[in-house]
Amino acid sequence: MVPFFAYTTVFLIVPTAVVVIGAFLDADNRFTLGNLEALTEPSVVRGLTQSVILSAVTSLVGALVGGVLAYAVSTAREGSVTRRFFTSLCGVLAQFGGVALAFAFIASFSAQGLLSVLLGRVGLGTGSGLWLYEWDRGLVLVYLYFQIPLMLIVFLPAVEGLRPQWREATETLGGTTWTYWRRVAGPILMPSFVGAALLLFTNAFSAYSTAKALVSQANPLLPLQIGSSLSSEVILGQENAGKAMALEMVLVVAVVMVLYAWLDRRAGRWMR
Amino acid sequence: MSGRSVFRRRQRVFRWVTLAVLLAFFLLPLLGMLDYTTQGPGGEGRTAQTWRTLADVSTVSVEYPALKEGFLASVGLAVITPLAMLVLLVPTMTWVRLRLPGLSRTVEFVCLLPLTVPAIVLVVGLTPVYAWVYYLFGASTLWLSLAYVVLVLPYAYRSLDAGLRAIDVRTLSEAARSLGAGWLTVMWRVVLPNLRTAVLSASFLSVALVLGEFTIASLFSKKNLQVAMYELGKSDAQISVAVGLAALVFGFVVLFAMSFVGTRPAGTGRLARRRRPRKENPA
Repeated sequence: MVPFFAYTTVFLIVPTAVVVIGAFLDADNRFTLGNLEALTEPSVVRGLTQSVILSAVTSLVGALVGGVLAYAVSTAREGSVTRRFFTSLCGVLAQFGGVALAFAFIASFSAQGLLSVLLGRVGLGTGSGLWLYEWDRGLVLVYLYFQIPLMLIVFLPAVEGLRPQWREATETLGGTTWTYWRRVAGPILMPSFVGAALLLFTNAFSAYSTAKALVSQANPLLPLQIGSSLSSEVILGQENAGKAMALEMVLVVAVVMVLYAWLDRRAGRWMR
Repeated sequence: MSGRSVFRRRQRVFRWVTLAVLLAFFLLPLLGMLDYTTQGPGGEGRTAQTWRTLADVSTVSVEYPALKEGFLASVGLAVITPLAMLVLLVPTMTWVRLRLPGLSRTVEFVCLLPLTVPAIVLVVGLTPVYAWVYYLFGASTLWLSLAYVVLVLPYAYRSLDAGLRAIDVRTLSEAARSLGAGWLTVMWRVVLPNLRTAVLSASFLSVALVLGEFTIASLFSKKNLQVAMYELGKSDAQISVAVGLAALVFGFVVLFAMSFVGTRPAGTGRLARRRRPRKENPA
């Protein structure tokens, strides 16, 4: 008991406290709200909005596509090679990614890259390839590449929870496939679906490595800004601005996670 | 009857179309990596030179010392982190179940907290803590595992929790105790073997996370596999893309093999939660 709490205090509670308290301290460790002013700077506000938009778009699209994928996989026989193959592939792509995923896209869309050549052949020139490094185009694509697999992993248990009897009952009562999805499966899956989408949102929102490996020029996203505030010389009097930004991130994620926990409890009702 | 078979056929078509489209989406960039690593100089022709270099351990360690250093560090971290995680979590969670059920909410909260604290935020807060760690123990890359244990806490907790729920720890430990076993024996010879699948999947998750970790290592200027890959990407892109592809394929092979081990990974808590009642009411 003691080792556990000692350890988590030092490596989890203390760092969290450092961020929360540090966000309100100036260079001489006096209380100040000055760091929060850094949050209103146009570049930081832009970072936050762009992060939120990127996370929202990729989590929404990722949840929809990944949800369909999860359903398709769930119709395969339990324990079949198809199912194992897809869960393993998605496990790797969702967890392992980061730098390697960024490289996959850089290599594929380089001047002689496979995808540039293929798309060029069918008349869809990818242009200079610079779009890949922009947060609202390339990053969306690359983020989807780990969001969709994550959705499969998070959502598959919920889809597996749909009992064939429910569909049969709907059919016995004269319902069509549409009725089944609209009135039975849809409402049952909805909390899990929204919950999974929220999880995808936090996942994209806190992602750092993929964006870092792709974008080297500007810092279009909040995590990148925090990263650069740590590694570069900070303007005098703003040493703790990074902590204020970090606090901002924690707050956004915390709100989403509270929603998630609430939905997860609701979703659990049908899983019992 | 024919309605069912039409339905089945339609479902099969839907399944294969969906899976094929997404498989193409997943595999094309990976093929792009393979294609890129086998391109000859100036994008002309095919050559396996990059892969030959990578397969030759002695060349790699001479020509790419950073890669070797990062690889060794990552392997070390991938051994230490799961061990530390198990030593920390298994006794604690067992003890909470046996003696201090009142603390279970607190432990759960602490373990799931890292989900709300992104790694990049953790780095900000860990900077002063690591100043002390380096001061006290020296600046080895392996100390990163102290932070990695925190990162894996939520995943490890979930899978161990699912494992512990599936066995009756109280009865097992009381039986062992009444036969004269000490607490150490109970942990080592009774609890651990019964948690085999959960321990395995928790460890595997930790290994995957450690091998893929970039944020913390890079911001603390420590070289692990991902950081080495990232830096190499600037000077010798082909080699680092090849390493990236090799890492992804390796991860996939291990996961795929894992999915055949045991009945099914006890990974996701929700999955285990759903499956249990079936066993209890076989009707």
